[in-house]
Amino acid sequence: MKKLKQWVKTPTFSNVSASIAAIVMGLLFGLIILLVTNPSQALPGFVSILAGGITGGAQGLGDVLYTATPLILTGLSVGFAFKTGLFNIGASGQLVVGAYVAVLLGNLDLGLGGFHWVVAFLAAMVAGAIWAGIVGFLKAYLNVHEVISSIMLNYTGMHLVNLLITQTVYDKLRNQTQPVLQTANIPAMGLDKIFPDSSVNGGFFIAMIIVVIVHIILNKTVFGYELIACGHNPNASQYAGINAKRNVVMAMVIAGALAGAAGGMIYLAGAGKYIRVIDTLHSEGFMGIPIALLGLSNPIGVFFAALFIAYINIGGFYMQLYDFVPEVIEIIIAAIIYFSAFALIVKNIIARYQSKAEEKEKSKAEAAEISAEGGSQS
Amino acid sequence: MDYIIEMLGITKEFPGVVANDNVTLKLKPGEIHALLGENGAGKSTLMSILFGLYRPEKGEIRKNGEVIHITNPNDANDYGIGMVHQHFKLVHNFTALENIMLGVETVKRGLLDMGEAREKVMALSNKYQLFIDPDALTSDITVGMQQRVEILKMLYRDNEILIFDEPTAMLTPQEIIELMSIMRSLRDEGKSILFITHKLEEIKQAAQRCTILRKGKYIDTVDVATTSKEKLSEMMVGRKVDFAVHKGVCKPGREILDVSHLTVLSKLSKKNVVHNVSFKVRAGEIVCVAGIDGNGQSELVYALTGLGPVNAGTITLNGKDITHSTIRHRSEMGMSHIPEDRHKHGLILDYSLAKNLVLQSYFKEQFQKNGFLKFNEINAYADKLIEEFDVRTGQGGKTLARSMSGGNQQKAIVAREIDMNPDLLVAVQPTRGLDVGAIEYIHKQLVEQRDNGKGVLLVSLELEEVMNVSDRILVLYEGEIVANVDPKKTTIQELGLYMSGAKREEKVV
Repeated sequence: MKKLKQWVKTPTFSNVSASIAAIVMGLLFGLIILLVTNPSQALPGFVSILAGGITGGAQGLGDVLYTATPLILTGLSVGFAFKTGLFNIGASGQLVVGAYVAVLLGNLDLGLGGFHWVVAFLAAMVAGAIWAGIVGFLKAYLNVHEVISSIMLNYTGMHLVNLLITQTVYDKLRNQTQPVLQTANIPAMGLDKIFPDSSVNGGFFIAMIIVVIVHIILNKTVFGYELIACGHNPNASQYAGINAKRNVVMAMVIAGALAGAAGGMIYLAGAGKYIRVIDTLHSEGFMGIPIALLGLSNPIGVFFAALFIAYINIGGFYMQLYDFVPEVIEIIIAAIIYFSAFALIVKNIIARYQSKAEEKEKSKAEAAEISAEGGSQS
Repeated sequence: MDYIIEMLGITKEFPGVVANDNVTLKLKPGEIHALLGENGAGKSTLMSILFGLYRPEKGEIRKNGEVIHITNPNDANDYGIGMVHQHFKLVHNFTALENIMLGVETVKRGLLDMGEAREKVMALSNKYQLFIDPDALTSDITVGMQQRVEILKMLYRDNEILIFDEPTAMLTPQEIIELMSIMRSLRDEGKSILFITHKLEEIKQAAQRCTILRKGKYIDTVDVATTSKEKLSEMMVGRKVDFAVHKGVCKPGREILDVSHLTVLSKLSKKNVVHNVSFKVRAGEIVCVAGIDGNGQSELVYALTGLGPVNAGTITLNGKDITHSTIRHRSEMGMSHIPEDRHKHGLILDYSLAKNLVLQSYFKEQFQKNGFLKFNEINAYADKLIEEFDVRTGQGGKTLARSMSGGNQQKAIVAREIDMNPDLLVAVQPTRGLDVGAIEYIHKQLVEQRDNGKGVLLVSLELEEVMNVSDRILVLYEGEIVANVDPKKTTIQELGLYMSGAKREEKVV
């Protein structure tokens, strides 16, 4: 109890509660939308959002983890760049480039056996890293704003991949990529036993490990110290002799590797997903932005934000039982994102409340002391 | 005698601090009343209450004996109270005239009527010698002229009670003299002025009475003419302050810094911002670069420290050419730099104090192993510096740099740079915006560095500081060194002539 009380006073508490407040407000807004579109089914529909993956039992929960896996990585990608003062709006392009390289290598029999998927996955990261590295290089050495270049590289990446697919691993009949070899699929690592019939696989564990690694890089290393310093105050970083240009490139490379890893996760899952040759960007890349915002760019926060978004996404899927189109859930997620912008305001209100409560306690303690003294005198 | 404004028993609390604790301030009509106190004494809070920006928990405000309620700046304006803020509140892409009439625009048939406003502004401008260019964009005019625009804003609104919040902090010595005479002429016209400052010299020059605050508490109100500077500062700080900088005879040793024919080109014009500058700094001496702001000091410092370009000439540190070295390399070669702008360059405000204290050394073996930061070591080191340099904070090394007061932020930077144990310390306006206690402390540190056989290059706009601290003065005028003088053999007046370009030495070393 005492520990809890102390935790309530920390900034972590105000951060977490601010994000939760954003979520609650977003959900309430969603309820209003449901009431407007279909009043009779609104309540059961809303319950189904809240129930999320639970509606589908073990399979549903497994699907939550499966959906969350790439979102964790794109959220990390955007959040990592945010921390270093860069806005990586190009996760989508980095993701698709990584995905293509993963699928390409997944189609080749490299004679690696059990390591086939590892190689394909790492290659996806490298490809994403290179794609984002271009953005970092342009920013650092030619002063091209990263938002411009990364948006443009989204489309360049998408069209390039479409072109390359038709030249290499094309399934003409279905206008998509050919399935990867069995050895290139990420093994389930036991998750198939816990969540039967779902598409979840060991990628979720890998994403968790990556969360921890990113957390360590940012908070425990010299490299992270420099990156965040550059993000907060580039002038002071220059003054301290930090090589800002190199850090911009490195930050983008890592962000790109994370987005590329997301691409690998999606298409090496053996879940029956294939890169389709269409002119649409991957939404997982863009979802990284709200997830990073909701998680306040903190790796652990991003992890839970991605789980939550995946959870209500699956809930939205089950809402179809009540005659709602799944697009409604997209609107509710959008509302939560809008409200997460308010998260900062909420955070400040909570911080103010915290300091006031502290004062009260102090004055209470003082009053107690005085009355105790008075008592002993009489 | 009656008072035009009385603030009685004002108490204002912020989370964690009582900014004003039962403070009383009485302003007579037609006087300049100074409000004196250290950084964080509650001067600005008190004035913000009078201007309607904050509402006090306790206390009342009276005008001409009647209780008034001021809930926002518009109320204050209605009562004839105007304020010039320390950081001007001007719209940058508006002209001076547009800024002055903003909020009280004269309108004819729904359209702006500038003619009448222009006449009134120009009349006021002539009457009080407040020269402005009404059609110049705010972003293009000097700080001094921006301030005159702010003053005209108050006069245009027919304000009777004028609040000046640290008006001299951003001004050059010449502009300060001008401002003082403007304030006196406003007083002579019957305006009542409240003047916030922590500079005693200015109080002596302009004010009749002075109210002193310390740590949010009211100390006293005194007659300026009959109170000595020493007494005023003692009341402000709460202890005796030593104004004289004590230092022994300068014994210059080996050459540490050798700058030769240094030239920096201007980005805007063809003129060089630093032109053919040569000088030396020896061990055990404080060399001061004096001059009016904007005569190439910043560019010279940027060139020396590696923050900016060098277009010609060489810089030699400890016998090694560092003209084109990286900042990190210069630091490793023994150069430390207390930057001019502590928020822009000196600190990462969203980092903790401990992380800021290792900003120049986090990569050294002492603080990292295989790329991982050694937080135990960093925190222990921070605690040591906080103790040694008396940096006052809320939560020690964990305190966010942003939440510290300006004086303590500066102390932290001084601690960090001095503890690097440099051969050359480049200190740029190290006492800007600080109160006398902190200034005294920083001057002592500079002298101690010199006595330990280090070279100190001090860049300062404050003539008092230049005269008191330095062993040798270089005057920079339009990017050139026009004088190289011994402070004992010159006067402030002579320095002023050099600084304004009216005089220059025949041959400058």
